[in-house]
Amino acid sequence: MTTAAMTRRRTATGGWEVALLALNVATVIAMAALVWASLLYARPAINLSGDEQTAQRIFYLHMGCNIGALAGFIVSLTGSIIYLLTRNLDWDRATQASIEVGTICGLGTIVTGIFWAKPTWNTYWTWDPRLTTATITVLLYIAYLLFRNGIDNRRTRARFGSIYALFAFLSLPLTYYSARWFRSIHPVVFSGDNPEAQGGFALGATMTQTLFIAAIAFSLLFSSLMILRWRILRLEDRAAELREEIE
Amino acid sequence: MTLTAPSHNPPLSGPQTDLQPVSMRTEGGLRAYLRKVVAIAAKDLRAEARAKENLSAMIAFSVLAVVVFGLAFDLRVPRADMVAPGVLWVVVLFAGVLGLNRVFGAEVDRGSLSALLLAPIDRSAIYFGKVIAQMAFMLTMEAFVVPIVLVIFDVNLFSPWILAGLFLGTLGYVSVGTLFAALTASTRARETMLPILLLPVMVPIFVAGVGLTANILDGREVAEFGRWFLILAVYDLVFITIAFLIFDLIWEDA
Repeated sequence: MTTAAMTRRRTATGGWEVALLALNVATVIAMAALVWASLLYARPAINLSGDEQTAQRIFYLHMGCNIGALAGFIVSLTGSIIYLLTRNLDWDRATQASIEVGTICGLGTIVTGIFWAKPTWNTYWTWDPRLTTATITVLLYIAYLLFRNGIDNRRTRARFGSIYALFAFLSLPLTYYSARWFRSIHPVVFSGDNPEAQGGFALGATMTQTLFIAAIAFSLLFSSLMILRWRILRLEDRAAELREEIE
Repeated sequence: MTLTAPSHNPPLSGPQTDLQPVSMRTEGGLRAYLRKVVAIAAKDLRAEARAKENLSAMIAFSVLAVVVFGLAFDLRVPRADMVAPGVLWVVVLFAGVLGLNRVFGAEVDRGSLSALLLAPIDRSAIYFGKVIAQMAFMLTMEAFVVPIVLVIFDVNLFSPWILAGLFLGTLGYVSVGTLFAALTASTRARETMLPILLLPVMVPIFVAGVGLTANILDGREVAEFGRWFLILAVYDLVFITIAFLIFDLIWEDA
């Protein structure tokens, strides 16, 4: 099958376009609900006061962005491995789309974390393993996107990008464990306990519900952004092919 | 160059044509394979001995970098010897990029890459040959850096554990770096692209190397710094294996 046939766009408005529209609408509603819940609905933390009390509300966005970044990581690793096995360019486009969305989510995680850390830890930055790993992940995402831009041939770009993504993301567990030997002060909210963690807080009922909304909203946001981006990339490839056919 | 056929279909699939090249690539067993690896490495070392373009630049840069770091930290850091482990590994990583850029860059510039790829050997033999040659350059460069660090920072790095850690770290660095050098060799702006790709993947090596060197300088026990060796060893093992498996894919359409 030629690339032209693989990227041919359906002209009729199929069922999946309606589904995509519904997904986008659901994303907008869920994000609006998240803004309301995180700012108004969730009750303040009992054990915090002053700036820390205000800053803890950013946690809902922080965790949501983190879900997006993690999803980008998982989809891109899966996509690059499947591309190398099947050579279906759709998987390469999925990798690229998930890394682009993951970059934005990763930057969101880091920026919200910085805003929270200054009042809570009294420092913007520390080389905690989670911070280190998140930063390195975003740097890897950016390197991947820059690297792709420098390759002209479409299939070479897909293959080299997949090889790089595979290598880069396999190094992340080692990055995490090597950074873990340094002192960690990041609070562990969901499981386990870190006796040296600072700024942690117990979750009340409304906070748990808001977190639940955040998880759903950001999963929807990641999915709809990724699918939209994937479609754009597909159309771009199709346009490039048609241009080649004309020339 | 545009591809018309899907690249996973090898062009030599007819019954008459595929016998010779394929058998020449793999025949002879391990001994022949090692001979091919050594031949590639020897070719690079000989080219370097005659042209002297790569190693001299690496050594000059690394010595210069240690001196510049020493000057910069002397003004502000109360005890400059505290930063010596970080300086050592930063200099090794940055000077290494200079060498790695030339691993396949030199082949592309001389127009000899196609000839190298036409050689009837397995592509992984090219990879391991390049890794061995690059290891030789890096270790030579480090043989200059370690005494300079001793002079500038007054830190004695001549301990068997530190040198073993330096060897393991360099091996991981070169094994990933050689593969990335192959990826960037034929792209636009390869000299600037390689460090951007390479450095974030090198964080485990860098952190483990700095941690190891600092722990040994502090006089810690083997039980305490052994975990850094574990990280370095796992990194080397994982990435050499994957590089061996994946290197064939890089020039599959060339």
